[in-house]
Amino acid sequence: MDSLFIPNRHRGKLIVVEGIDGSGKSTQISLLSRWLRSSGFAVAFSEWNSSPLVHDTTRRGKRKEMFTPTTFSLIHATDFADRTERYILPLVRAGAIVCADRYAYTAFARDVARGVDPQWVRNLYSFAIRPNIAFYFKTPLEVALSRILGGRDALKYYEAGMDLGISGNVEESFRVFQGRILAEYEAMSGEMGFHVIDATQSIEDQQRQMRAIVLKTLGRSLKTSVLRAPVPSTAGEMNGAH
Amino acid sequence: MAPINGKPGKLVLPGALDPYAEPLPGVDTTNLSGKLLVIEGPDAVGRSTQVARLRQWLEQEGHAVLDTGMARSALAGKGIARAKDGNTLGPVTMTLYYVTDFADRLENEIVPALRAGFVVLTDRYIFSIMARAIARGEDPQWIERVCGFGLVPHAVYYLRAKVKDLVSRVVIGRGAFDYWESGMDCHFGDDMYQSFVNYQTRLIRTLDRMASRYGFIDIDASKSPEAIFHELQHRIASLHLTKVNGAAAKAGVRSSA
Repeated sequence: MDSLFIPNRHRGKLIVVEGIDGSGKSTQISLLSRWLRSSGFAVAFSEWNSSPLVHDTTRRGKRKEMFTPTTFSLIHATDFADRTERYILPLVRAGAIVCADRYAYTAFARDVARGVDPQWVRNLYSFAIRPNIAFYFKTPLEVALSRILGGRDALKYYEAGMDLGISGNVEESFRVFQGRILAEYEAMSGEMGFHVIDATQSIEDQQRQMRAIVLKTLGRSLKTSVLRAPVPSTAGEMNGAH
Repeated sequence: MAPINGKPGKLVLPGALDPYAEPLPGVDTTNLSGKLLVIEGPDAVGRSTQVARLRQWLEQEGHAVLDTGMARSALAGKGIARAKDGNTLGPVTMTLYYVTDFADRLENEIVPALRAGFVVLTDRYIFSIMARAIARGEDPQWIERVCGFGLVPHAVYYLRAKVKDLVSRVVIGRGAFDYWESGMDCHFGDDMYQSFVNYQTRLIRTLDRMASRYGFIDIDASKSPEAIFHELQHRIASLHLTKVNGAAAKAGVRSSA
């Protein structure tokens, strides 16, 4: 969407992945960032909900179930603002490729599924840098649910949308809530210009498509503007924190 | 964005308060029988002194009073204090942290108190959050829309002051300039005094511009605290808060505009 976000006019690039829980996006962005790093580029990584300034507040709010749709939306935007101001923007300006596991689109899907006004939350994040590539991992609900409900620990309260009172049963609530989020992702996919990856394919096939899209979209900048480590073998050292 | 109606006290339903723009999802703002009164003004203008006196007076008159102010929310108060102790809090992050704090107090303190028929006295409101953001160079339309869920108060009393008066209050009253009140995070001047003057000048200019748009009631803050208090008392008395006759106070509140 052209009017949304601040265009990235800097040397560095921003690549983000989106999709519902269990879509496999974290696996894919991790593979992609390691590939870029081993190719000699300066790569940084930023995860949703990881700001040290905001982390304690979010954790306490979740533990004590203090959030409403509005405060849940705002605290995640605060977290995102801190990562943008202190991490993503300076690194993109410096020429790094920043890989983000979830971006503002996560808020557009989740917060709207919670009842927050779609235009309000789009405005809320309008200070964000526009990604150069946004991958969307398109997953049928049942596939994602089977990946999540299969092995992992107990579902968390907000992750399952328990705050919405959809169902007293956590698993049932999770199904309904993830379904709503999926519908929001699908509805914004065209508007946001997502590169859609069919997440039912093999991990290798998905990764191959992502790499092809990166080379096609960023090919010229990878040769000219993106920061490279002077010695390839030390390229990974700048990425300790996220 | 949706137009700001800018009319404090404009009520759509008896006892309902309008938001400036988008309503809060999942929050019922009808049947609010209390009154929402805002004291606004720059740093060091004497707002908290006035809030404390007004509270005492209103309680003597038989009104239940909730007083609230910035960074006092159960959710975000501590986080803001910790973030301000460090050296990494950026302007957008600070703004949104304060909006989070405001939303938490609005939903969990202010609206329930209004529903219970309280007079809510708030030391600053969305206007200070917006003014600080705008003074730091953020987009006015962005922050105005972010704060659009704020309820239109029954009255906003704006303690209007000149920067030189604030300087003397800080120097005489507190003895030192505060890092954040001086806008040192954005380095508006080479030392804390110069930065304070430049930052507060911007803040006051921004609040002044909001005054007519949001229907602030001007209070001349260069007067003595006693005179300011009497003017506020007079203004609040004209709102005709429900009288206490020994019996239970009546719940219905009419428009005060």
